[in-house]
Amino acid sequence: MPEHDLVCFATRGFDSEPWSLDNYLSVGGYRAWQRVLDGELDRAAIIEQVKASGLRGRGGAGFPTGLKHSFMPREAPMQKYLVCNSDESEPGTCHDREILRLNPHSLIEGMAISAYAMGATVAYNYIRGEFIDEPVPRFEAALQEAYDAGWLGKDIRGSGIDVDIHTFVGAGAYICGEETGLLESLEGKPGKPRFKPPFPAQHGLYGAPTTINNTQSLASIPTIILKGPQWFVDVGVEGSSGTAIFSISGHVERPGNYELPLGIPFRKLLEIAGGMLGGRELKAVIPGGSSVPVMPAGNIIDATMDFDAIKAAGSSLGTGAVVVMDETTCMVGMLRRISRFYYAESCGQCTPCREGTGWLYRVLTRVMEGTGTHADLDMLVDVANKIEGHTICALGDAAAWPVQSFLKHFRHEFEYMIDHGGRSIVAAPDAAAA
Amino acid sequence: MDEKTVSIEVDGKPVEARAGQMLIDVTDRIGIYVPRFCYHGKLSVAANCRMCLVDVERAPKPLPACATPVTDGMKVSTRSARAISAQKATMEFLLINHPLDCPICDQGGECELQDLALGFGRGVSRYTEKKRVVADKNLGPLVSTDMTRCIHCTRCVRFGQEITGIQELGAVGRSEHMEIGTYIEQSVDHELSGNIIDLCPVGALNNKPYRFSARAWEMAVRPMISPHDCAGSNLYGHVLRGTLKRVVPRENEAINETWIADRDRYSCHGIYTEDRLNVPMIKRDREWLEVTWQEALASAAEAIAGAVADEGDGLGILASPGSTLAELYLLQRMAAGLGTAHLDHRLRRTDFRDQQADPVWPWLGSSIAGLEQLEGILLVGSNLRTEVPILAHRVRKAALAGADVGFVNPCDYEYLFDSAFVEAPFADFTRSLAGVLAAAAEDLDKPAPEHVAEAVSGAVVEAEHRAAARVLLGKERTLVLLGHIAQRHPRFADIRVLAAALAELVGGQLGYLPESANSVGAALAGCLPHRGIGGTAAQAAGYDVHGMLSSPRRGYILFGIEPDRDMAESELAEAALMSADAVVGFTAYVNDALLECADVLLPIGTFAETAGTYVNAEGAWQSFDAAADPVGDARPGWRVLRVLGNALGLADFDYRSAADVRDALRRELGEAPPPDNSYRGSLSIAALEPVDVDPAVLDVPIYAVDAVVRRSEPLQETVLGRARDESEEPLAASAS
Ligand SMILES: Cc1cc2nc3c(=O)[nH]c(=O)nc-3n(C[C@H](O)[C@H](O)[C@H](O)COP(=O)(O)O)c2cc1C
Ligand code: SF4
Ligand code: FES
Repeated sequence: MPEHDLVCFATRGFDSEPWSLDNYLSVGGYRAWQRVLDGELDRAAIIEQVKASGLRGRGGAGFPTGLKHSFMPREAPMQKYLVCNSDESEPGTCHDREILRLNPHSLIEGMAISAYAMGATVAYNYIRGEFIDEPVPRFEAALQEAYDAGWLGKDIRGSGIDVDIHTFVGAGAYICGEETGLLESLEGKPGKPRFKPPFPAQHGLYGAPTTINNTQSLASIPTIILKGPQWFVDVGVEGSSGTAIFSISGHVERPGNYELPLGIPFRKLLEIAGGMLGGRELKAVIPGGSSVPVMPAGNIIDATMDFDAIKAAGSSLGTGAVVVMDETTCMVGMLRRISRFYYAESCGQCTPCREGTGWLYRVLTRVMEGTGTHADLDMLVDVANKIEGHTICALGDAAAWPVQSFLKHFRHEFEYMIDHGGRSIVAAPDAAAA
Repeated sequence: MDEKTVSIEVDGKPVEARAGQMLIDVTDRIGIYVPRFCYHGKLSVAANCRMCLVDVERAPKPLPACATPVTDGMKVSTRSARAISAQKATMEFLLINHPLDCPICDQGGECELQDLALGFGRGVSRYTEKKRVVADKNLGPLVSTDMTRCIHCTRCVRFGQEITGIQELGAVGRSEHMEIGTYIEQSVDHELSGNIIDLCPVGALNNKPYRFSARAWEMAVRPMISPHDCAGSNLYGHVLRGTLKRVVPRENEAINETWIADRDRYSCHGIYTEDRLNVPMIKRDREWLEVTWQEALASAAEAIAGAVADEGDGLGILASPGSTLAELYLLQRMAAGLGTAHLDHRLRRTDFRDQQADPVWPWLGSSIAGLEQLEGILLVGSNLRTEVPILAHRVRKAALAGADVGFVNPCDYEYLFDSAFVEAPFADFTRSLAGVLAAAAEDLDKPAPEHVAEAVSGAVVEAEHRAAARVLLGKERTLVLLGHIAQRHPRFADIRVLAAALAELVGGQLGYLPESANSVGAALAGCLPHRGIGGTAAQAAGYDVHGMLSSPRRGYILFGIEPDRDMAESELAEAALMSADAVVGFTAYVNDALLECADVLLPIGTFAETAGTYVNAEGAWQSFDAAADPVGDARPGWRVLRVLGNALGLADFDYRSAADVRDALRRELGEAPPPDNSYRGSLSIAALEPVDVDPAVLDVPIYAVDAVVRRSEPLQETVLGRARDESEEPLAASAS
């Protein structure tokens, strides 16, 4: 066991079926919900506690969760919805999957508490289609357990409180993770993000006030209520409370999901992941999922892993998916692969993203095939600049940022390739020197 | 909506605007043009093209003018460096995958992309990769596709979702593989679908029958009025060297907004057919001879004079309700001059029992735009979507805005919005309607009016009747609208009495859907056996259509009529016409029935080839000039009538223009009679026995309503066109 308490991974220590209701109950599960059902906390009090905890959304934007919950017209009489975003598709990110597999009850309890706090009687969990094998059945089974044990449904345990949770399985589109694309998909339509305003809190699912939260954000809430907001604040650092699950991938000895206090030094994080694979040199890190700007080793090595520090260092904590790249990584190839993703996943409705992502990918492909020019590099940045900030949703930005940052920090690799007929700098005869 | 006004600044100019209004509406109003593709005033905001990005002070990013509500103190720049750079960026993105082959694109010269590219595009493309190619779709006979040209603005998709209510087109796939299509191979079949051609800003969706037959800039643009129904949709005809090549909508918010029915758009393909009557013809010894106008008019005058030799009574005059006001007025004057009162235009009507109770001019009972403000509309005997597609759209809008709509109809026609429905079988229509009246009386706890009391007390009231009554009950603004099926019904008089009683009971209006384009004009011009100009009572009533045919006349004038297709009692007509001594047909087309029965055929122009005036269902007089040159030796009908009047020695038949004739009528009308549909008849109905009804006579298919439409091949090839009676021969093929 690590030296700190776990929030979302609280049941991880159990050898047998950590996802079972019994195990969850034994680590304090549903006690927070029981207190709510007992009337110890009213809606406003729950939201106040979440606000005070400093919890920030784990879905990528880091928006304060309590504040978001306070936007809902919670006392207004109309139908309202809570939607959990388990579409988890940002490359490098795989912590929601672990919550669904290993601690689904924390999510169910978090959804129940949050739904009640916002005056929603119905909540949906939108799970990405690729999770159909293990995480979906695991979550569904947990849901059934929760219903059977009387934690969900109508007039729960005689409290007069109604909360129903439904599972919805997506069909495998990254864009359905964007909250309004998700709502469209949930309504049975193609996942094309909506223009905002109006925001979902006014006009969401079926036009009703709706809040969308990430799986990990919601799964953190029971512990916050149980242990109190201050406990959560104390675990993290200023501006970044609590723990977060870092999905560490790439050139490390022990890639995986690690729940760690926010603000942990990057060096420590790397150490926990077993250090660099084969002891090689660190070249670059993408600290928060493939859409955030890449950071050269020098910029991150002394940084701490929290929202403000990473922002100050020129990137974003995003989803907490840390992609570690060593000296053998070809940054041109990496960028091309990332661009391929956004090109394929653009929903296609708005012009700059639909047309621009394909353009970026094709030019990068040409560079790799050895027919790029130096002018292409300026054009790539220019095209990325013209996508950024011009689109309906942030996928356009997500496609632009990698291009801008890779070319900002690793332009010499692109130039090398152009000058050498498509040969990567890492394949250079004197690669080590480059 | 918040009616608060706010002050904003656009390009340095202070402007007042309604709070919450979209920026683009404000800039449009003050004449500042913001480029756009996906935005359309009649469709929901999609904000997907990103062409309208403008610079808003303090906004971190450029904002789409089409989706940004104005707020007080907002400072907007549509031409700042940031705005222009964003707009140019979008244009570049739009063009990279768009074919740059405007010279071979039918949209060239009238393309929104081409126009804006001139202002916002680069001279040379930076894009050197392969361009996208998209497979075309077969959308049926009306709309051609060039899907590679599509810029994904989704106007066509939103049109289906929002305007017609049937989503015929959708966006399939994502990223640059997103395509507009029909999901499964299928044509676009809704009767307003052609509008997607105008909505499409590029050459992806185009007018299929017109395709590659002219260039936008070589055609003259002529305002026209639709001749096919009582809406009087405003059109533009595009005319190349005297030939009408295509028809597009002319915006008129009060009537057709920006839409037209496919019938209006594609009927022009029925004008230039093989079977047009190009020269006057006379029948000699059962042989048809082509003759000069002089000879033909002399023969016509002779024939007519023969018919009225002893007394005017020998002549019957039947006119199409799609004739112009001038033509109808001249026919009325001709009848008066010749001393006959047997004059009628109500060709599809069969029940004239209570005609004295007809309003002076039976009208809609509401302005067209006003339909949207109604709270309850009960349509009685109307297949509205085929009768008047543009009004069906208004009713749909009313329904979407919260009005209750109900139908009392022989079948549950598809209406694409929620509505109440009472099944009123053709043969037993009155009984069902009486049920609705009874339900309303029951609900209001008022007795039904005396003259219908017996019918009402005998009616069976079931849930469907109550639901239909509720459409009207407890509301301020309601309308009971008599459709074509009702007006053509052999028990129309009874239907009307019941409908009028219902309207009165609930305090609503009674409305009529006039037949064709100019039934209102015909009534005003006195083209009726029992009334003169402006509804004055005739000294001695003549025969109505049915009377004229069942008591055959010696001679007939048929104006713009195909007797086998345009009349309810076509068999009776055939017998009467065959037995007559003389039949003079004014017609644009040669038709077998006319060849059989007529003695003189005078070629007149179609709606496109004549000047004239139509009075629509709300009483709007709409005049137009000839858009195209007449075919062959055909002449505008009013002109032929004028010359014939002179040949017959009738006084005061010297008019210089159709407008002259119209003005003469207007002078005679003096103060135009006000619209008033209230029922003042005295028919009382008791027994509601079933009657024999031929459904085909009552429910005329959408593309069979008049001679021009029936000859439009593209329309006949549509699903709606093919649905008509298979036993009929294709008309365009019957050329002599
Ligand atoms: C293209 C795109 C994809 C996204 N995918 C996800 C996702 O898979 N999971 C997720 O939680 N949030 C995703 N988001 C962020 C959501 O829009 C939203 O901000 C988030 O679910 C809010 O939850 P939070 O406040 O708890 O972070 C995505 C955003 C964009 C623009
Ligand atoms: S930015 Fe891309 S993914 Fe987002 S709405 Fe526009 S086209 Fe769709
Ligand atoms: S017109 Fe505003 S985004 Fe298309």
